[in-house]
Amino acid sequence: MVILRKNLFKHLPRSLAMLQIALLWALFTPAWALAATDTHEFRLANGLKLIVKEDHRAPTVVNMVWYRAGSVDELSGTTGVAHVLEHMMFKGTKKLKPGEFSKRVAELGGRDNAFTSKDYTAYHQQVERSRLEQVMALEADRMQNLNMDPAEFAKEIKVVMEERRLRTEDKPLSLLREALYATAFVASPYRHPVVGWMDDLQNMTAADALAWYQRWYAPNNAVVVIAGDVDPQQVLKLAEKHFGAIPPKTLPKTKPQQEPIQNGIRRVNVKAPAENPFLMMAYKVPRLLDIEKDDDPYALELLAAVLDGYDNARLPAKLVRTDRIANSVDAGYDGIGRGPTLFMLAGAPTKDSSIEKLEAALRAEIVRIAQDGVSEKELKRVKAQVIAGQIYKRDSVFGQAMEIGSVELSGISHKQIDRMIERLSSITPQQVQAVAQKYFSDDQLTVATLTPLPLPAQPERAPEVQGLRH
Amino acid sequence: MLKKFFIVLLLTTSSFAQAALKIQHWVLDNGARVYFVENRTIPMLDVNLDFDAGSRRDPANKAGLASLTNGMFARGIAKAALPDGGVEPAMSEADISDAIADTAAQRGGGVSADRGSVSIRTLSSLVEREQSIKLLARLLAHPSFPQDLFERDKARTIASIREALTRPDAIASKAFWRLNYGTHPYGAEATVESVQATTREDLVRFHREHYVANRAVVAMIGDITRAEADEIAKELTRRLPQGAALPELPKVAAPAGAEQRIAHPASQAHILFGLPTLARSDPDFFALTVGNYVLGGGGFVSRLTREVREKRGLAYSAYSYFNPMAQPGPYMAGLQTRKDQADDALKVMRETIDSYVCNGPTEEELRAAKDNLIGGFALRIDNNRKILDHIANIGFYEMPLDYLDTWTQQVAKLSAADIRAAFQRKLVMDRMITVVVGAEGAKP
Repeated sequence: MVILRKNLFKHLPRSLAMLQIALLWALFTPAWALAATDTHEFRLANGLKLIVKEDHRAPTVVNMVWYRAGSVDELSGTTGVAHVLEHMMFKGTKKLKPGEFSKRVAELGGRDNAFTSKDYTAYHQQVERSRLEQVMALEADRMQNLNMDPAEFAKEIKVVMEERRLRTEDKPLSLLREALYATAFVASPYRHPVVGWMDDLQNMTAADALAWYQRWYAPNNAVVVIAGDVDPQQVLKLAEKHFGAIPPKTLPKTKPQQEPIQNGIRRVNVKAPAENPFLMMAYKVPRLLDIEKDDDPYALELLAAVLDGYDNARLPAKLVRTDRIANSVDAGYDGIGRGPTLFMLAGAPTKDSSIEKLEAALRAEIVRIAQDGVSEKELKRVKAQVIAGQIYKRDSVFGQAMEIGSVELSGISHKQIDRMIERLSSITPQQVQAVAQKYFSDDQLTVATLTPLPLPAQPERAPEVQGLRH
Repeated sequence: MLKKFFIVLLLTTSSFAQAALKIQHWVLDNGARVYFVENRTIPMLDVNLDFDAGSRRDPANKAGLASLTNGMFARGIAKAALPDGGVEPAMSEADISDAIADTAAQRGGGVSADRGSVSIRTLSSLVEREQSIKLLARLLAHPSFPQDLFERDKARTIASIREALTRPDAIASKAFWRLNYGTHPYGAEATVESVQATTREDLVRFHREHYVANRAVVAMIGDITRAEADEIAKELTRRLPQGAALPELPKVAAPAGAEQRIAHPASQAHILFGLPTLARSDPDFFALTVGNYVLGGGGFVSRLTREVREKRGLAYSAYSYFNPMAQPGPYMAGLQTRKDQADDALKVMRETIDSYVCNGPTEEELRAAKDNLIGGFALRIDNNRKILDHIANIGFYEMPLDYLDTWTQQVAKLSAADIRAAFQRKLVMDRMITVVVGAEGAKP
């Protein structure tokens, strides 16, 4: 039961950094890989979409149910309700007692969890293949029969507030990201955190959560993704059996809430207990809407990779290694989503540097590409990561189900995944240079800075480090 | 009905385990131990090398040395003359990074208390594979530890040490290890001073003494033959020297029981509770693993989650686990909760653990635990990454080669009385260490 953040910042071990160029983790399967993969799509009469990916390497299967309902669909005053409902989905149905869902999955040898993002909410189980029908039946049950018990709600909303304290209130970089989004966006609901504002959580009721469930949880607003050691026709039969009779709903038509054009730099500062200052810079850039006609999202993806897609990419090489302005740097762009998107640059200045110097240095790297372009060799190198990533990703069936679901829920067919990679592979150095020239104006920029507050005096004892051990 | 499933499942998983997990093991002439699983389904190869080069080998006043050494492998490769007469040229940090990126390999590694590791995931096609393996072998054997980059890495390490000292979770973890292990190397902590005191010569010496062929454990899984695996293992270790035996480590002494309360401005208190318990080789390993599934490991269905989270809404996360290490690693229970209810939550946690140690699991709980662990065994070995971790563990800790084949049987044969007895042997409540960071009224 977690909040999924798109991976705009990769606070990951270096060895995983490559995954980041890859939205593309979420993106493709070249022709030679297709032989090993086999994906089938079905739609039931009630509107439920079923996507089955065969992978027979091991006798396991992942079952995911995705709902097109995320924090982007929330209204002011009840921010966080998508995520609260996700928690309540484990609190019983007409047939199951609170907690019974997870208990059943556990007894089937399974693992289960769920996550909520700005764009969607998803539930998943991993089980040995013979248990698939039982977990599908459990998901079908809670799609239609949730029991919203006010006493359970009263306890669970406290858990969610603890989650917000743990993951946001006491985490300076989370607070900074929250402030950045709330500043960069003024009209788009992307300005609200997925977990919701604390005051909204404190005032949320079981009725709010129930209304959310009644509004969005329906077969015609869901995508079931099943990946693993299964027979697609068999899975289709099971889906018909368990989901087929659930009636569709008339889904509410949401307002577009388009973000107005930004005309001028925005700055926001957060003070929190920390040792080091931190800088985040976010430029408004386009997202991928038309796979064939759009070029810029692909070029922006490659720009992010040229800046920070591998150990010796431009930002770590120059800012961390050579000039030693930063202890860490990040560049990130995720062009696939339901709402407006940002190109992010971020980093922690070294002791001898400063936020101001780091900001200037990050800007200078964009200017350098805008003026001088990128080399064929650099671009080839980052494309090689993307291609190899398509082989490596096949090691994780769960990862492949995630990829299919997240692309689908953003309004792009999983069948386009190959094509997006072809498009990405065809991007030229000139196109990368062009997006560096086009989108990095101060008028589109939001800058968020963390000012560290000292802790109360530390006791007389040797300081220690985490991360070096244990 | 459930029983029937159970039997079918046992058959399918064990046949899978044997078919897919044929672990091939051999020892090279230089003493390196090799563990290999052939898997031709994806054109890729994963390799991991472990050495007895973890932080437990840090000298007393140089805590952090193991980690600094491992972290600098890719900072530069020295020019080296090989025994066969060949000479390999120097490479800079940038050269190394570009070379890895060009083969699209993913380099990993790092240091835990017991182990120093390097790893790589590469395409198994011949050109890419040979390039990335050779590069890994070279940076492992001939790191140049350039002085200026060492200064930079020290500065970054010190910045992260200082940053960690502001975070309640990190402060709690450090205090927990310090109180549990005292002067044992498991309790040592890298500090600003210990990192500042470390010199380039320390790194050179640590590397030479610890990254040696006769203590290398090479784990591999992927799209290659056994003969190719043998060639790769030789290539990875042929540049490494032989090492003299390392000194015996002191025994882990049981702590006397203590509670430390540390003030912090965060909104939540972070609570840790536990003590040193479990070595990898301990015969109680399975009893404690299965028993902890019921107590604090089984996600949403454990007793700790039920008592702390589900019944009372006191925390988002309440858990416990055993961390098996070469010498007894800790049992650790933890939660985070709003400060003003920290004492209530701690009381619930202690009572839950105490009651479990006294009474053990119910028959119903034990059945549910076995259903999950046995029924879900296939999930533990369903991709290369997971299998690599398993065989690296088997190799480094010298566990039986049939560890995975017999895993479900070991779980199945446990009784509730076995588990209760093991918990009573290991979890002595009045010796437990308690740490509360963000305690109200505590001194900073």
